[in-house]
Amino acid sequence: MTILYFAWLRQKIGVGEETMIVPDEVKTVADLIQLLRRRGPHYREAFADLARVRVAVDQEHTDFDTPITTAAEVAFFPPVTGG
Amino acid sequence: MTPHIRIQCEAFDLNDEVEALGHGRSDIGAVASFVGQVRGDDGLTALTIEHYPGMTEREIARHVDDATRRWPLLGITVIHRIGRLLPGAPIVLVATAAAHRGPAFAACEFLMDYLKTRAPFWKQEERGDQHTWVEARASDGEAARRWKP
Repeated sequence: MTILYFAWLRQKIGVGEETMIVPDEVKTVADLIQLLRRRGPHYREAFADLARVRVAVDQEHTDFDTPITTAAEVAFFPPVTGG
Repeated sequence: MTPHIRIQCEAFDLNDEVEALGHGRSDIGAVASFVGQVRGDDGLTALTIEHYPGMTEREIARHVDDATRRWPLLGITVIHRIGRLLPGAPIVLVATAAAHRGPAFAACEFLMDYLKTRAPFWKQEERGDQHTWVEARASDGEAARRWKP
């Protein structure tokens, strides 16, 4: 699975993209966030306040309850500020 | 009608885009356009815009499709710049063409409201050495919600 980070999440975590083999017990976006938080303080800081984090699964806006067992790409980012 | 959607670093020219939208056709009676620019207030020295390649184009295309279902449009151009831009520089262009002004105005505003709240772009402001990410504004969310069916 490809995991992408944008804006300040990318800066806090230190990479914009990583590839992970996700264990079977990781079934939703929320499970993935728990797994990522265990990877170190940078991740815990990035995911400290989930009210400030948005997610897209396979390039579609969605929420933390979304299943990811068949997803190829999950992206985390702050609320968008284009236009 | 083939919409034109572009994500680019380069500047764009409003006149060229409006001209291209109506080129060789006589059925267009109205073109509405909006250009967003970098506002250099509060000592802002530059704005850097990043996006999510792939998702950005899909998300804009989805809302362009939605606009064409809501209004009888004859042409749509959406251009959003990325990279580092200086105060006064154009950031975004939405231009909509229709037979009459009503659909052109409405679709232009609709697309801007959705670009602000759904298209995956993020702005970072520079004030001298200080870099800060722009926070999303609640008023932009409210502006987009009024289009909900």
